[in-house]
Amino acid sequence: MNKKIGIIIELEKGKIKESNFGMITLARAKDTELFAIVINADTGALKEDLSSFGITKIIDVSLSCDQQNNPAAMASAIIHIIRVYHFSIIFGLSTAKGKDLLPRIAALVEAPLVMDCFHVDLDKNLAKTSQYSGKTIATIKATGDILVFGIRPNAVESVKEPALADILVFDGSTIVSKGFRVLKTGDADEKSDISLAEAEVILAGGRGMKNGENFAILFDCAKKMNAVVGASRVAVDSGWVPYSMQVGQTGEKVSPKVYIACGISGSIQHFAGMKTSGMVIAINTEETASIMSNCDYFVVADVMDIIPEVTKLLKNG
Amino acid sequence: MQIYVCVKHVPDSAANIVILDNIRIDENLSFLLNPYDEHAVTEAVRVKERLLGSEIIAVCLGKADAEKTIRSAMAMGADRGILIVSDKHHDSMETAKVLKAAIEQDGTPQLILTGKESIDAEGMQTMFRIGALFDFPVATNVVKLDIAGDRAVVDCDLSCGICNTYEMTCPCVIGAGRGLNTPRYPTFPDVVKSKKKPVKIIAVSDLVIKASTSAMTLVAYEPLLQKRVPKKITGDCAKIAEKIVKILREEAKVI
Repeated sequence: MNKKIGIIIELEKGKIKESNFGMITLARAKDTELFAIVINADTGALKEDLSSFGITKIIDVSLSCDQQNNPAAMASAIIHIIRVYHFSIIFGLSTAKGKDLLPRIAALVEAPLVMDCFHVDLDKNLAKTSQYSGKTIATIKATGDILVFGIRPNAVESVKEPALADILVFDGSTIVSKGFRVLKTGDADEKSDISLAEAEVILAGGRGMKNGENFAILFDCAKKMNAVVGASRVAVDSGWVPYSMQVGQTGEKVSPKVYIACGISGSIQHFAGMKTSGMVIAINTEETASIMSNCDYFVVADVMDIIPEVTKLLKNG
Repeated sequence: MQIYVCVKHVPDSAANIVILDNIRIDENLSFLLNPYDEHAVTEAVRVKERLLGSEIIAVCLGKADAEKTIRSAMAMGADRGILIVSDKHHDSMETAKVLKAAIEQDGTPQLILTGKESIDAEGMQTMFRIGALFDFPVATNVVKLDIAGDRAVVDCDLSCGICNTYEMTCPCVIGAGRGLNTPRYPTFPDVVKSKKKPVKIIAVSDLVIKASTSAMTLVAYEPLLQKRVPKKITGDCAKIAEKIVKILREEAKVI
């Protein structure tokens, strides 16, 4: 019998985030049947995209208005769906939202959960994830009736495989979370659309930025190349930029296609958060900084001199 | 009120991890209180300052050596500790059951705090499992906590500094995020005082734990090595910028 896999689709302003397609590609193993779980969205409009990656069933979940941004209510709804459709595997993205949703599901059904997987072997139920702050790769075997995997965004390249998806409706309007209520949701419109964890290009500033004001040159440049600005621990601890921008062991773990380290020396804790990046470009005044010997390209110069020049070129080009 | 803080004894973040036999790490390195748990302990102290008469209990599952981590938590303000000693590796399902049983045996939790993840296993789930076992609501990556009567109002960071505000009934479980507070590092007298605070040491076998058919088992470790061969980009600033743009456009294909 085919393994039924429920894939929780993460939306951004009603659209499917790009990183979902890599996750669907990873789920498309031998003898699997792929269900996309979509919460509170116009599934008709998403059908074509989901079909083109091999989804054959779309579960259209509607929650009542006051439960829409409630991770506890979403988890309850998904548990109902798991029981109705007899899923043996649940996939979701290991994003900030996923980190607040997948463990809720796993905890309530006492299922094993491996977060931040960059590979999952569905034949043997083996997941690969990093441990000890990116210093080791752990292979973990999950055993149980239902297994939950959080997939690292951008970890798997998406490949199309056309299918035809049916839409199945799940009415979750009576689901209410117990003892957990949403008072206010943050306004995503004010900020950048992409988070650090999902960015293709990250421009990160460290001690070499010297102060918070200088980060403006990184933001200017990032806008031109659709990048997201990150920071080292020194920069957030000095109060130059908020904690949420921190990349590293105690910050965000990222794997963008390109990581541009601006005035970052590259401590072992910083590497823990960005070593899985595709390409690393380091700009630092010190040629002896450890990042300079552990990158793909390095520039011995002041960030303040280089980045504005890059911005200028992108403006013209 | 009784505030329980679940803490973990983890390798120092600056330590080099050496893998032995492809399945374990060389534990001959310095271990300390998980950095996110420092925020949990600090927040417990802040809650106690407002709700006088509260008691903070640090709970840890680990080897005998983990008593050091409990002492650190006590130096930061916990009143006493419970160490459940085990030489085995426990997955987060077992860990949550052990912690729950130890807390239940000890008292009546009104608030349970822990870090949003441990920096060794990075599982990000133990707080949810503890919550599910107690049937308490849970919030993670909490960057602001207010307790008002039997309610907890929390701000949870959803990355990029965007926060959702949730209200939970107490007792509840909090996964502390980095922005929650600035850990108050102990002074020398704090450390001396912490040595006199009581730590109850129990064995996993002293607790009633229901076995599970589900498990997460470590199969192998391998080092995450990345051999990068650095190439120097030279020239004047304009030339360097030109080369960077060319690399981004032609090699990385991101612009």
